[in-house]
Amino acid sequence: MVEIKLPELGEDIEKATVACFHYNIGDHVNADDDIVEVVTDKATFNVPTNVSGDISNILVAVGQEIEVGQVIACIDEEKNYESEIQ
Amino acid sequence: MNCKVIDLGIIDYKEAYALQQKYAKEVLDGSDQVLILCEHPTVLTMGRLAKESNVLYSKDKLKEIGVDVLGIDRGGDVTLHAKGQLVAYPILNLANYGKDLRKYLFKLEQVVIDLLSDFDIVANRLSGKTGAWVGDKKIASIGIGVRKWVSIHGLALNVNTDLNHFAMINPCGLNVSMTSVSQVLGRDIEINEVKQVLIDCFCSQFGMKKGQ
Repeated sequence: MVEIKLPELGEDIEKATVACFHYNIGDHVNADDDIVEVVTDKATFNVPTNVSGDISNILVAVGQEIEVGQVIACIDEEKNYESEIQ
Repeated sequence: MNCKVIDLGIIDYKEAYALQQKYAKEVLDGSDQVLILCEHPTVLTMGRLAKESNVLYSKDKLKEIGVDVLGIDRGGDVTLHAKGQLVAYPILNLANYGKDLRKYLFKLEQVVIDLLSDFDIVANRLSGKTGAWVGDKKIASIGIGVRKWVSIHGLALNVNTDLNHFAMINPCGLNVSMTSVSQVLGRDIEINEVKQVLIDCFCSQFGMKKGQ
């Protein structure tokens, strides 16, 4: 399982507010897909996943203020069967 | 770095938004960064933190005068666009500028401050209130959206905007008065007079040369 966390957004930015989710629990996502949009005052920022798989859990809610490094969602990473065969 | 400057003239908000998306994809794929310049026919846009109570006209009244209200994916509250307002949408890869949202907003403010200085207008930042201000009046609004560290949206500078339009809203939810370049100077200034200065200040601030 891979945790998707709120990344560093810049110096002195410690928090952001969850604006909307692009996917729900159970949805399949591909590496690099944007999972959630957060907002900090005058900027929106989309947080991507770095792995492919199914979203197994969402730990924050729309409107919630979250901190840099906080876990937003969990993804059951899909296995790369091709590499196993090789 | 080259900056591709695209002047769209007066263009519907949604059309310009679609073009921003197109260029954002190209910039993400490694094309030259882009500065889109345009004006919009009167429209209200609601950022992600917008409160409906900051739109002061009723839905019926807005419909009657033909003003759309659009929810969009930028930060900030409600903003009004209208003719006479120079809108700049930089499509930049912020990985080139340290992946820092606050520093990017600061640099956009500086572009406006430098531009206005060229017209002998002293503009400032106000702590905690992103934008550019002349005294206690707001002259430019700023709001951005970022995907994969590529920016869309940007800044809106009132050049010779009819400031009566702002009666429709509580700008940015701040309960402030707006001003324009023309109002501050006490004479009419055409958008085209400001465009080239904006391009120069922008390219200087972001270390770019205007390309084709």
